[in-house]
Amino acid sequence: MSAAAITGLGVVALAEKVQRGELRAVEVAQAFLDRIAHLDGGVGAFLHVDGEGALAQAAGVDRLAPDARAALPLAGVPIAIKDNLCTRGVPTTCASKILAGWVPPYDAHAVERLRAAGATLVGKTNMDEFAMGSSNENSAFWPVRNPWDRTRAPGGSSGGSAAATAAAFAAAALGSDTGGSVRQPGAFCGVAAIKPTYGRISRYGLIAFASSLDQIGPFARTTRDAARVLGVIAGHDPRDATSVAREVPDYEAECGRPLAGMRIGVVREALGEGVEPAVRAALEAALEVYRGLGCTIVDVALPHAQHAVATYYLIAPAECSSNLARFDGMRFGLRTPGADLAETYGRTRAEGFGPEVKRRIMLGTYALSAGYYDAFYVKAQKVRTLIARDYDAAFATCDAVLTPTSPTVAFALGEKTSDPLAMYLADIFTLPPSLAGLPAANVTCGFSPEGLPIGLQLVTRAFDEPGLVRLADGYERASGFAGRRPADPEKAKG
Amino acid sequence: MSTTESVPSDAETITAAQVRHVAKLARLALPEAELETMRAQLSRILGYVASLDALDVADVPPTSHAVPLDAALREDVVRDSLPRSELLAAAPATEAGAFAVPKVLEGDS
Repeated sequence: MSAAAITGLGVVALAEKVQRGELRAVEVAQAFLDRIAHLDGGVGAFLHVDGEGALAQAAGVDRLAPDARAALPLAGVPIAIKDNLCTRGVPTTCASKILAGWVPPYDAHAVERLRAAGATLVGKTNMDEFAMGSSNENSAFWPVRNPWDRTRAPGGSSGGSAAATAAAFAAAALGSDTGGSVRQPGAFCGVAAIKPTYGRISRYGLIAFASSLDQIGPFARTTRDAARVLGVIAGHDPRDATSVAREVPDYEAECGRPLAGMRIGVVREALGEGVEPAVRAALEAALEVYRGLGCTIVDVALPHAQHAVATYYLIAPAECSSNLARFDGMRFGLRTPGADLAETYGRTRAEGFGPEVKRRIMLGTYALSAGYYDAFYVKAQKVRTLIARDYDAAFATCDAVLTPTSPTVAFALGEKTSDPLAMYLADIFTLPPSLAGLPAANVTCGFSPEGLPIGLQLVTRAFDEPGLVRLADGYERASGFAGRRPADPEKAKG
Repeated sequence: MSTTESVPSDAETITAAQVRHVAKLARLALPEAELETMRAQLSRILGYVASLDALDVADVPPTSHAVPLDAALREDVVRDSLPRSELLAAAPATEAGAFAVPKVLEGDS
């Protein structure tokens, strides 16, 4: 099988061929590593490629007895990992200068699970610094380019993972989603992306941004492929006190099941003013596809969702200011000495953090400071309750809420960097389910006139990832958009 | 779920003195040259989040985690931890098997 044919395969197809011995894991790893080496110069998806480690893991899979290999759900499947997930012996920087060169002494829980399932970890992907951003332009190292149009942003903060999946540098990737950081880059890069229910996947080894919102999620070119990865990484882990001890259902078994009788809720305002016409048209067409599959479309209201941006940009920065206090130059990472301890802290953090991270630390510190705690943080937590109640009411009449993932297709690099608030407002559709802790997925539902992918977002009840996968996969099969891939970027010069 | 809410321009919702104070609390050295940009950006964001003031939430309980959580308890058993050498390998400075940090207390060393 040619290298091009190998890298064209998805998670399930690759695992099957390696399980049966039709492909060696090492030749699969080499095909993807060669593709990264040739083409990632034009995308910038990876901060670190671990060729040696990937080939060693693949060789380990090839050495197994056939029965043992056949039992691995991700046998020889190349997967890219967002650079805020700890990988033992492999640099993990959160795309920040403050962690440049840091090599974790342990694996994140999700990374352990991938290794145990036979996956080949090809490298660490670029991101907005500490997962704060919606365009990947907040990386301290370099921005990621969207494989569909390299003058455009791949979305963020997991832009490297989304771009790596779209460009077939890996069959799947892990990202993290605090307010849309898996779903929005999934939409911009035209790949399937799932943010599970809060607590579904252990956050052990995920470098914390906003602990009450952070959740790991998979990217793949199809929902079925993403569901396979989700099944591997979901489940209880005593090392994360918020990880939920619930059985992990067979998500993949939902793929191909009929959708007839399922009810999809639509928020009319989410298809109104402020949403790009091409996005609106693609969403309306998607509703027709669901009707054709036997679903009922019902109107639902999320009256407090309009407050999600304000709520999120109080809660997330507050939690970030607390979590990022650990980066003080004492135990790991950068240290910039000053005259005394306080000056050392101040200089280390001023030099180590980029502008967006500083802005959010400042915002969060202010919101938590004496005299403002009740007015900002507690108030936002109360509005969070109202947003969650809106979903409870909506789910009395529907099985899933459908909106665009983003009001626009991928915007140009540099277009929004001068106005942080404008960047925040573009998160309007992904923030409400994050605040409510609900599972949500992005599915490609069309292309704009300029050829850029458009994504729809499905949100289901807490822990109803099976319903989410069924609806996303059913649409994908009926619409056929998931099969479309960007042309290869030309090789970078030099 | 409108995406077109009006956005305040640059109201003075936070003063330069407050920004200096918050930077100190956050342990972030903030050069005077960057102060006004930070102040203006924070003002704009705070002006926007003030839209929550329109909501009456007096009787609404706060949500700290979206999914109900019970206190997670486990048996209190001794387990291996990460080797000290591996943890110290990532430190900016070490001494005698410990993290070396700047002097914290005043007086002779």
